[in-house]
Amino acid sequence: MLRTLIASCAFALASTSALGQTTVKIAVLGPMAFVQGENHWMGAEMARDDINKAGGITVGGRKLMVELVRADSNEMTSVPDAASAVERVITRDKADFLIGGFRSEAVLAMQEVAMDHKKLFLGVGAAHDELGIRVEKDYNRYKYWFRVSPTKSTDLGRTVFGVLGAVAGDIRTQFKTETPKVAVLAEKAIWTEGLIAAAQKNLPAMKMEMVGLWQPSAVATDVTAELSAIERAGADIVFTFLSGPVGIVTGRQMGERNMKAVAFGINVEAQKDEFWGAAAGKANFVSTLDTYAEVEITPKTVPWVRAFKERFKKSPTYNAATYDAVMILKEAIEKANSIKSDDLVPVIEKLSYLGNAAVVEFDKRHDPVWGPGKSLGIGVQWQDGKKVAFWPPQVKGMQPFRLPAR
Amino acid sequence: MFQDILVTGLVNGSVYALLAIGFSLIFGVARIVNIAHTAFYMLAAYGFYALLVKLGLNFAVAGLLAVAGVTALSLACYKLVIEPLREHEAAVLIATIALAIIFQELMLFAFGGHYLGIPSTLDGVVRIAGVSIPYQRFVILAVAAVMLAATWALLYATRLGLAIRATANDLEVASLMGMNVHRIALATVAFSVALAAIAGVVVAPVYVVDPFMWLGPLVTMLAIVVLGGLGSVKGSLAGAFIIGFVEAITVFALPAGAFLKGAVALSIMVLVLLVRPEGLYGVVFEEEER
Repeated sequence: MLRTLIASCAFALASTSALGQTTVKIAVLGPMAFVQGENHWMGAEMARDDINKAGGITVGGRKLMVELVRADSNEMTSVPDAASAVERVITRDKADFLIGGFRSEAVLAMQEVAMDHKKLFLGVGAAHDELGIRVEKDYNRYKYWFRVSPTKSTDLGRTVFGVLGAVAGDIRTQFKTETPKVAVLAEKAIWTEGLIAAAQKNLPAMKMEMVGLWQPSAVATDVTAELSAIERAGADIVFTFLSGPVGIVTGRQMGERNMKAVAFGINVEAQKDEFWGAAAGKANFVSTLDTYAEVEITPKTVPWVRAFKERFKKSPTYNAATYDAVMILKEAIEKANSIKSDDLVPVIEKLSYLGNAAVVEFDKRHDPVWGPGKSLGIGVQWQDGKKVAFWPPQVKGMQPFRLPAR
Repeated sequence: MFQDILVTGLVNGSVYALLAIGFSLIFGVARIVNIAHTAFYMLAAYGFYALLVKLGLNFAVAGLLAVAGVTALSLACYKLVIEPLREHEAAVLIATIALAIIFQELMLFAFGGHYLGIPSTLDGVVRIAGVSIPYQRFVILAVAAVMLAATWALLYATRLGLAIRATANDLEVASLMGMNVHRIALATVAFSVALAAIAGVVVAPVYVVDPFMWLGPLVTMLAIVVLGGLGSVKGSLAGAFIIGFVEAITVFALPAGAFLKGAVALSIMVLVLLVRPEGLYGVVFEEEER
């Protein structure tokens, strides 16, 4: 009897490894001086408060509170700093889990450090395919990595061409143009290369004419010359792949020139509430892929976005999916009855989590499964100072896409 | 396309000229390689933003206060940081790099890493010969023209200008002739930084304001002053417009290579240096002749 009791205690100790531990420590890694890092932190804070208010995470019959560690990765200016931040939160702050990351170049380095320590790292920001390819190629080393948001670059491309087809359809209907002309404006960066190649291949098949490719720097402060040339080419659509401040300049200068073409594509700056002000209110009709809006992507989307706005007085960007990342950890910990990364990996692999903007399920690369009803994304457009969602049209709450007057 | 290149080249060249002439003057007079020069341009843009958008002042007052504030700051920096190190050129160079990074980090701390927008001084657009030109571009051109004319007047029609040119020509002889070279250096720093601050104020409504906005113009400005000839105001003016037009031509001629405009400008600089090491209008300093 005594032997059974001791064995049971030993088992409980081993299975939870949480005895004596009163919190689950989650490090939130992001560029905290920037919007991306702010959203990482705000999403995680909301999740922490929701979990702790409800009593915490149940492990081995005990309730553990969520404790967040705010870690500035400084990844916008320094990849080594980002890797050091991971090392610091693991060895000094003794974080149990890691979430966040933004720039692919930095997250690739951060991933290595986390994997060295066999720490579960849920990515919420970087889209580069390589992060998932590593999992497939060397599962035993990289299995602790999961990408919660966004979908990988290749899948972002699939969505962006889907929305482009809808935009082109509007142009065909409204302006009686059989073959809309498309100017590709893509910053010079690794992440845009695949998308440019896809545009060159797909646009003729989608009955659109590609009138040219313009590639400014991601930090270009002026695209007057590019826009002049695009105007001369008679483009109907400026298909953008922009992540840096050049996205603001493009929106503003298109507005200042009263361009007849509409901008659609990926414009990371246009996803932020601050975009309208940064573009001095000139960026009407600029549209981009996005993640959150007050539309019913999932039953959780509208109440969560409203709660976020109520608390932080701004809309969430996709980096606020740290909320889902923390919730995924909670669900996995409770299912596995453990806070050991090795125990959680198989549980997360099988998880189907109803998130705030997607039903998150992971494929063999630990990337979110892409598609309608899973992780897809939405199209949003700036209309008179407001960012409105317009795609996919079947989602409740979507509004019509608008084109500049001709 | 010719009209597009003309307008884009003129506007970009004007902004570069405001930056490069000031940089060249400081180098010519005080032998200071002021890496923080474009950081003052960034500070002026932030000052203009804060005064105009946050405090609600009007354009003229916000612009004047921003320029005055940054100019005053540059004088304080000169007295406290640069002057004590002036005998050690390498130390001055490093000190100005440090100043630039400190300013960058202070703005990052105060305003965050957000990209900030400033409303246009003049809204609207005009079409000339098929080219859409926002009025704000005319503001940039007009201000640049006035400031370049003022620079010429200062240098060639005032006693201070004569002293500046004399000091730039030969620091030691100017000193031996009884000129207060420290005071002349101080005046040159103030005037040069004021030019950079004016550039920051006039371009802020066209570009976005962020803590790293000083880095791109710094590289271009260095290319211009080396191309034109270190210390030569005339060279900087010529270099600014050459680079402005080369960049515009690159974007129009190589749309998919628009990101290369900086590289093309730097390549031209290297080519000129191979043929003419002192630059287009280079001043060969005595110490280099020896």
